[in-house]
Amino acid sequence: MENLLSIFVKSIFIDNMVFAFFFGMCSYIAVSKTVKTAMGLGLAVIFVMIVTVPINYLLNQYVLEPGALAWISPDLADVDLSFLSFIIFIAVIASIVQLVEMVVEKFAPALYSSLGIFLPLIAVNCAILGGSLFMQERAYSNIGEASVFALGSGIGWWLAIIGIAAIREKLTYSNVPAPLKGAGITFIVTGLMGMAFMIFMGIQL
Amino acid sequence: MSGKKNKDIFLAPFSKDNPVIVQILGICSALAVTAKLEPAFVMALSVIAVTTLANFVISLLRNTIPPRIRIIVQLVVVAALVILVDQVLKAFVYDVSKQLSVFVGLIITNCIIMGRLEAFAMGNKPFPSVLDGLGSGIGYGLILIIVGFFRELLGSGTLWGFQIIPQSWYAANGGFYENNGLMILPPMALIVFGIIIWVHRSRNKELQEK
Repeated sequence: MENLLSIFVKSIFIDNMVFAFFFGMCSYIAVSKTVKTAMGLGLAVIFVMIVTVPINYLLNQYVLEPGALAWISPDLADVDLSFLSFIIFIAVIASIVQLVEMVVEKFAPALYSSLGIFLPLIAVNCAILGGSLFMQERAYSNIGEASVFALGSGIGWWLAIIGIAAIREKLTYSNVPAPLKGAGITFIVTGLMGMAFMIFMGIQL
Repeated sequence: MSGKKNKDIFLAPFSKDNPVIVQILGICSALAVTAKLEPAFVMALSVIAVTTLANFVISLLRNTIPPRIRIIVQLVVVAALVILVDQVLKAFVYDVSKQLSVFVGLIITNCIIMGRLEAFAMGNKPFPSVLDGLGSGIGYGLILIIVGFFRELLGSGTLWGFQIIPQSWYAANGGFYENNGLMILPPMALIVFGIIIWVHRSRNKELQEK
């Protein structure tokens, strides 16, 4: 239990997807002009993350890892499919996103109208694929840890995009030098936010 | 006539239509791998290879891909190419491939590649598509190398692993100089990036946002 809590806090603050690894920067910059749209995208990311990472965890555990196929027959124990992980992960993500889009459209039209346009964007959001790849690299020991990591990373990303969107809304009233307007100042502000997040770096949980 | 146009397709992404600092695409990897010059260079080469080949393949297939599932088809083509690149890197430059860790895989979701496939390769013949992919890849690589150059020089005092700042300058050896450790940390990448955009846009006024 303590372990789960530590993974959760670590993935939100210390290993924040945006500030420590720059994942999902493209949509982070493009969709952070207002808090409302940022909220929509952030929630969609959390949602897709907690669906795809556990699925990819199971696939990794039972199909891709060296020797993972041993549960089918002992002859397959020395098969190593890990080179296929990119293609499998991205296929899972793209199809889950498509599926989620259809399900949400059918059963929650209100949610769809607020989230809908962001869902296709998410298939190519590096934060999602990054989540799955980190899950594989860090080799979490069970599906619970992987899911908690996914939730934490999603929340971390959401927190970052809400923060930058709120700052950018305020920034529209400031007198920014013309060449820095828009993207330039967003990068610099993100850098400063990243420095603020660095205070969590030394924390041992 | 087409010669001039092709030249334009190839050269535009270098500066005035640069995928990274003008279109703000493919930032994730551009920021993450630039603490040192060598991984930045390897990453740039990998992305150039993937954009060029992916543009070529998708351009050949463009009339047979059903529009509804085109994203999945594109992702599968790109993922297959990235697997090839990953295996090649693991075989020949294992150390760098370890440093790049998950970022090789993240070439798949590099928005530059998807953006070029959507915007160009889906509607153009193979040869211009190859030029476009090559141009965009090089435009991306240029920025990576600029950022990597400054971050490694100021952050570690080295370039490509070779010591550039003389040892006798360092405060530890009785000199006056100290490496700026902040440069190799993630936030500084963003700020260096912001400064590059600043310089670029003050020279190209038509790119400034209102």
